[in-house]
Amino acid sequence: MERIPILKMGEFLLVTIQVDMHDQLAMTLQDDITSRISTTEARGLLLDISSVEIVDSFIGRMLVNISMMARILGAETVVVGMRPAVAITLVELGLSLPGVRTALDVDKGMAALRASLSL
Amino acid sequence: MANEPKTLPLRGESDIVQARREIRDLTIKLGWSLIEQTKFVTGTSEIARNTLIHGKGGDMTVQEVFKDGRRGIRLIFTDQGPGIPDIALALRDGYTTGKGMGLGLSGTKRLVHEFDIKSEVGKGTAVTIVKWSGR
Repeated sequence: MERIPILKMGEFLLVTIQVDMHDQLAMTLQDDITSRISTTEARGLLLDISSVEIVDSFIGRMLVNISMMARILGAETVVVGMRPAVAITLVELGLSLPGVRTALDVDKGMAALRASLSL
Repeated sequence: MANEPKTLPLRGESDIVQARREIRDLTIKLGWSLIEQTKFVTGTSEIARNTLIHGKGGDMTVQEVFKDGRRGIRLIFTDQGPGIPDIALALRDGYTTGKGMGLGLSGTKRLVHEFDIKSEVGKGTAVTIVKWSGR
């Protein structure tokens, strides 16, 4: 079965989405991330969506859910690398991604995580 | 013929991915900006998922259209599903019966230039969206 890799980098997990996700793959990723946070006790999660060409309401909801679930499990999430065209489309679509922190790239996301976790 | 309508099935999740890919390619062929491409592909994805989930599967017909010297793309999504009893309610932001955020129809309407929905309970639903080049 197709799966998106989750890399462990110290206290953080890094997930880079590089495929056009169908809905089931998005659901599987959500499940995989929550179980990895729980087994690794990661304190931060970086979701790199710089290769993602569109975020529709389903993917948007997945981003919100992952952030919420991670927080409940003790990890902060930062979604990084959203393309400008995706951001513009999300706003017109009416998706505000409540509770989702974002940063321009992985470096800035990492810095944001370190700052909020006082690492 | 560039203007032959093309029909794609929407019977499974991979068909949504395929529909997005087809529309992306067509918008690139028509020279649309990245923002216009992204808006239209996102709208395609929303309505295709509605057809699959709420309509229990259906078809998407793609056609290039011309009006007042402008080119555009028209997509017609049809299903023989349960239909929508209250279209005004279904078009309201935040209204959902499924797993999304209730923005599929209302949000897509904002991403395209023309939007039409016809539905009959017990018969099915047809959603038409059009986006024109160059704006």
